[in-house]
Amino acid sequence: MNYFPDEVIEHVFNFVTSHKDRNSISLVCKSWFKIERYSRQNVFIGNCYSISPERLLGRFPCFKSLTLKGKPHFADFNLVPHGWGGFVQPWIEALARSRVGLEELRLKRMVVTDESLELLSRSFVNFKSLVLVSCEGFSTDGLASIASNCRYLQDLDLQENEIDDHRGQWLSCFPETSTTLVTLNFACLEGETNLVALERLVARSPNLRSLKLNRAVPLDALARLMVCAPQIVELGVGSYEDEQDSESCLKLQAAIKKCTSLRSLSGFLEAAPHCLSAFNPVCHNLTSLNLSYAAEIHGSHLIWLIEHCKKLQRLWILDSIGDKGLEVVASTCKELQELRVFPTDLHGGGNTAVTEDGLVAISAGCPKLHSILYFCQQMTNAALITVAKNCPNFIRFRLCILEPHKPDHVTSQPLDEGFGAIVQACKNLKRLSVSGLLTDQVFLYIGMFATRLEMLSIAFAGDTDKGMLYVLNGCKKMRKLEIRDSPFGDTALLADVNKYGAMRSLWMSSCEVTLGGCKRLAQKAPWLNVEIINENDNNRMEENGYEGRQKVDKLYLYRTVVGTRVDAPPFVWIL
Amino acid sequence: MAQEKVNDLNLKDTELRLGLPGTEQVKEEQEVSCVRSNKRQLQSDNEEESTPPTKNQIVGWPPVRSYRKNNNNNGVSYVKVSMDGAPYLRKIDLKTYKNYPELLKALENMFKFTIGEYSEREGYKGSGVVPTYEDKDGDWMLVGDVPWDMFSSSCKRLRIMKGSDALALDSAL
Repeated sequence: MNYFPDEVIEHVFNFVTSHKDRNSISLVCKSWFKIERYSRQNVFIGNCYSISPERLLGRFPCFKSLTLKGKPHFADFNLVPHGWGGFVQPWIEALARSRVGLEELRLKRMVVTDESLELLSRSFVNFKSLVLVSCEGFSTDGLASIASNCRYLQDLDLQENEIDDHRGQWLSCFPETSTTLVTLNFACLEGETNLVALERLVARSPNLRSLKLNRAVPLDALARLMVCAPQIVELGVGSYEDEQDSESCLKLQAAIKKCTSLRSLSGFLEAAPHCLSAFNPVCHNLTSLNLSYAAEIHGSHLIWLIEHCKKLQRLWILDSIGDKGLEVVASTCKELQELRVFPTDLHGGGNTAVTEDGLVAISAGCPKLHSILYFCQQMTNAALITVAKNCPNFIRFRLCILEPHKPDHVTSQPLDEGFGAIVQACKNLKRLSVSGLLTDQVFLYIGMFATRLEMLSIAFAGDTDKGMLYVLNGCKKMRKLEIRDSPFGDTALLADVNKYGAMRSLWMSSCEVTLGGCKRLAQKAPWLNVEIINENDNNRMEENGYEGRQKVDKLYLYRTVVGTRVDAPPFVWIL
Repeated sequence: MAQEKVNDLNLKDTELRLGLPGTEQVKEEQEVSCVRSNKRQLQSDNEEESTPPTKNQIVGWPPVRSYRKNNNNNGVSYVKVSMDGAPYLRKIDLKTYKNYPELLKALENMFKFTIGEYSEREGYKGSGVVPTYEDKDGDWMLVGDVPWDMFSSSCKRLRIMKGSDALALDSAL
């Protein structure tokens, strides 16, 4: 490769897009390192505290797209107190100071302020794409800045964020000259929407492919929007509360008929079931259907819809579909790759929930299935063993039995054998969540067979430290390990601290690790940030003379090249 | 056990119980109760010495994003309420009530009426006011017959009947 000029090598590198591959390329030799470095366009930072923006800019001076993740995954379930961290402001400030031509920013579980959004909107002339997932801390004022100042904005994609809706006119802030929108997703906004501004925006955006509306956009407005945007590929529907408006239903149906590119449907937050019929013309083309917020759509309406969606690849649904409904999915959706079944009744005891039978039916009927998230009331080893036999191709397998410690409901045995069968059969398994009654045995299986496993979520499982040790010793590709309410302690934690250098992070809450153990860990591994999160005590643990034997409520550790972070709140103690 | 009367509703008559009619024994673990509190008790083993926390009490369980939890209401919670003779309708959020007495008291306050005593046999006697609701199948039902949970998830709208309609109902029963 010494005979090729740098530009040629760089051109070849442009075809290599995966982060892993590009990281490998940069290790080959000094010259490749340098070329790769200057030509890296997309940077992915899985933990915003593992590196600083300055170091990042030093390593990759010319990137255009940045993905940042902040809080640990269990923050999704309220296990991380408010104020823990994950602030994007210092990143945007540093990027703004540098001369990097940022075009895309994707954030997950970070704290974003209106100030950050304003700074972002003013600092990067070519900024095109903003994707915020599970973020918080900003309001529609921040969105107004983005709309007003980003002249070439293509994507504004807000997924499941907590946004303070000031009911302002952010939609009207898009200038009349703004015609470049490709993605507009504001489904998570709670407040009123300026329908006139929205219609005008959609009408002047010929490139709009993905439109996801919030609750406040009613049926008749939706019909008008669809007339303006027949080229739409992804549609998120708002609410249609008024069941009697059949005229709007008909208008909508007529407009939808023209949307021949429509492939993905979602939303339906408050939907009158019979208006679903407006979507008849497009069902047979749908590849993605998300009805997981549509509590109103169930029974025969739901079954009817699914029977017509033969090309479905992705289905997100509520467990009100029942086992019978899943059997319909199994016999209809032969292209299905990803299924998520969410619980309707979060307190358990619902009699419309799905059982192991539904899972088995899906595994038998859908040969291409590789990702599943399944909430259910009960499970058996026999069912899991059958699922493993039917579907050895799982990449992601997440099973959540709603009642902690629940055994096989037929044999009363732990579910070790069932999950063991899954990990043994699915050689490509990258992500696994286990639940139900589980002993150390299941972790022996996981350590033995799940050689490609990268992320493992454990709750209310295991008997002794051996369980955690099996996993740490066996799963060489482990990146994220998160454990709650399981009896693993210092012995497992400290057995081999170097393992944590190959991982992104470890979370342990309500386990048996002690303060003394964590301190020893921090000593042995100075390249780790070992965080103790203790909301009740306000970081008085040391001052109050807490013994080393004191159990730690929440432990979060992660590798980092920049040492202790400076923005930790008082209830976070970094050892 | 003495006759329980909450807000003029005769609770005892609407309780479902095992046992012969006329016996006073009440099983504490009955999950189904028409006018008792909404909260379910886990029927799991009480034999363990340390009672495991109920699902309601475990933080962050089940592992569902709070965004989804907040948005995933079990059926529509806001329902229209009409009262015969009133110039306009009202809307109430069924989720803010845990049982029939709370709901009826709120309705009484909202529309300034007093409701009669409920009994399974005779409906609401005494005041010429009858609360009814439209269920998922489109049928008009008497409020109070089914367990609260079942009612709150199937109620589409409420209508407070009074005057001649209500009297006709009273006498028909």
